[in-house]
Amino acid sequence: MLSITNIHASIEGKQILNGINLSIQAGEIHAIMGPNGSGKSTLAAVLAGREQYEVTEGAVTFLQKDLLEMSPEDRAREGVFLAFQYPVEIPGVSTTNFIKAAVNEKRKYRGEEPLDAVSFMKLMKEKMAMLRIDQSLLSRSINEGFSGGEKKRNEIFQMAMLEPKLMILDEMDSGLDIDALRIVANGINKLRNENNAILIITHYQRLLDYLQPDFVHVLYNGRIVRSGTKELAMELEENGYDFIKEEANLITAE
Amino acid sequence: MKQELNTLEETVSGDYKYGFVTDIETDVIPRGLNEEVIRMLSEKKNEPSWMLDWRLKAYRHWLTMEEPKWPNVNYPEIDYQDISYYAAPKNKGKLKGLDEVDPELLRTFEKLGISLNEQKRLSGVAVDVVVDSISVATSFKKQLADIGIIFCSISEAIQKHPELVRKYMGSIVPATDNFFAALNSAVFTDGSFCYIPKGVRCPMELSTYFRINTGNSGQFERTLIIAEEGSYVSYLEGCTAPQRDENQLHAAVVELIAMRKAEIKYSTVQNWYPGDHNGKGGIYNFVTKRGLCLGDYSRISWTQVETGSAITWKYPSVILKGDHSVGEFYSVALTNHYQQADTGTKMIHLGKNTKSRIVAKGISAGYSQNSYRGLVRAGKNAAGARNYSQCDSLLLSDHCGAHTFPYIEVKNATSVVEHEATTSKIGEDQLFYCKQRGIDAETAVALIVNGFAKEVMNQLPMEFAIEAKKLLAVSLEGSVG
Ligand SMILES: Nc1ncnc2c1ncn2[C@@H]1O[C@H](COP(=O)(O)OP(=O)(O)O)[C@@H](O)[C@H]1O
Ligand SMILES: [Mg+2]
Repeated sequence: MLSITNIHASIEGKQILNGINLSIQAGEIHAIMGPNGSGKSTLAAVLAGREQYEVTEGAVTFLQKDLLEMSPEDRAREGVFLAFQYPVEIPGVSTTNFIKAAVNEKRKYRGEEPLDAVSFMKLMKEKMAMLRIDQSLLSRSINEGFSGGEKKRNEIFQMAMLEPKLMILDEMDSGLDIDALRIVANGINKLRNENNAILIITHYQRLLDYLQPDFVHVLYNGRIVRSGTKELAMELEENGYDFIKEEANLITAE
Repeated sequence: MKQELNTLEETVSGDYKYGFVTDIETDVIPRGLNEEVIRMLSEKKNEPSWMLDWRLKAYRHWLTMEEPKWPNVNYPEIDYQDISYYAAPKNKGKLKGLDEVDPELLRTFEKLGISLNEQKRLSGVAVDVVVDSISVATSFKKQLADIGIIFCSISEAIQKHPELVRKYMGSIVPATDNFFAALNSAVFTDGSFCYIPKGVRCPMELSTYFRINTGNSGQFERTLIIAEEGSYVSYLEGCTAPQRDENQLHAAVVELIAMRKAEIKYSTVQNWYPGDHNGKGGIYNFVTKRGLCLGDYSRISWTQVETGSAITWKYPSVILKGDHSVGEFYSVALTNHYQQADTGTKMIHLGKNTKSRIVAKGISAGYSQNSYRGLVRAGKNAAGARNYSQCDSLLLSDHCGAHTFPYIEVKNATSVVEHEATTSKIGEDQLFYCKQRGIDAETAVALIVNGFAKEVMNQLPMEFAIEAKKLLAVSLEGSVG
């Protein structure tokens, strides 16, 4: 589904990603871990098409298409969804209206008619029940005054409404207490199927207890320095990132 | 950052959709202003002598006045001798109904999205239409007359209801009030007149559509609304003009008066031609709008969505004379390219326990300048007066300006005046968030801007809210590269 080859990227002239290779198949869950500042969010931003990041080398194909050629909105319409680490507030724009606009933009892209009010409400109700989201949250301005947990749940709700193919979750677990974490993780599990894939970005093990990744990759200094299965995540949890750093620094030094 | 700005700039460079000129025969008085022109104008309108005298008095006073220089706007000097003060679609005479309106004119209104016939049949909005200097059609007159409401052009009111016009015209905005009000009093050509009798709730929105069509002409309309004790009326005003390279002057006066327990809601969607991307052409909109809450427990509410005009100079105000009266001002002013707006309100608290509320939202894009200017005054006898003001500015570019000039004068110890102001910029983060959900920059900007203006838009009657929402989007739209 997604194939990243030798991606180098920089922001404001500063090189952040130094040759990333990663391949994700439909139905898989991948986790990217790594210490703060290693470039995890940068990778997510590059995949989503954030304009300030410059891809200086490499290629990304998504469902047989050149992802880097596409505008950010077309990537979204093709099925790339980024659940943001810090979702932004848009005062005065109700969450419902925002999601309706997003759903209909995607339908338009596919040559479909916009959803009528009744079908839209039906879809909303269905997803609200599935994720146990309250109506009152959706009539409020998007993310405005939401708690950390509400913001994350709202991201997952949007994801459920848009039914993306590739779900990138950036630090989904940060700022969530254990109950909120469980609700969010359960929601994500409900959205999984054999036709979509998940890329989880985190620097803690705890979300992975719920989501059971097929592969774990460790990002450090803009490179994937280790890949493995979920045992690697447990190893990191026990020993911290120091041994990875030492290993990596040794390699760089050679 | 660079890229973000480019995208925004492209997003906000929309074109004016109402810039066509209608080819209809017009009767125009040659350019220039003097007593002779005023006499000619008055004669063409077949006015009684008291009206002519009133005009001449205003004109003589105007000659002694100077154009105000304090607004935060810049424009080359206006040559008042280079303007034609009367232009009328020919053959209007006494129209009995819409069937007699020039078909070309009706097509114009269809293009503008206001089909009078449709309006008449479907929407239940009574419409008066003013093209250039005169009122061409008023719908629903009969139904309104049955419950005692008078809704007609001001010219007709001068003929048919002189006692009302003489009593109230100039009582709220005196001819000597300011430079443009004096000019208007001398040369006003048409406008709307509404009279709501005691205890009557007007069952439909009353609406006037203003359009400047002829080149080198000014539009000087005059509107007067009188709400008797316990009555209610909601009035809507819309305006457009063709696209022309030269600037055209629009100097209107609107007077509202609310008696005891009466309520007037006045809404404007102002979309005069704003000039092109380089600031060439566009309407100079210099308007005096004022309401008087004369009776106890009366209420006057101004709502405006200002997207057009090269220059806007306008402060719809309320004089809160009756005890417990309420004044409101809800405003969205959007400026783009080289537009300049200096707009706001005055709330003058004279009576006891009077209340006012001001919500002003300024949206600036391109190289435009957007100023809020507001005065809240509580007089010596305005015990217990309260005001709440909120002024928010949203910036869409690095080259535009947003300014706030709040003036507060409180002359008694029991009044409470609160003022809040914020300035924000559409963030790259907000735009990217929208794009990541499949919403393109243009739609995202419209969404964010409408969200910002929501509190004001919610005040508009339904039919107008939809139009105004589209207008905000259109005023900002363009090709996104
Ligand atoms: N806008 C920016 N300008 C300059 N440097 C940045 C910017 N954004 C991120 N960085 C730098 O890029 C590196 C990687 O950041 P990020 O991808 O957010 O890391 P992570 O998500 O792994 O914590 C950090 O050193 C960070 O300081
Ligand atoms: Mg991060």
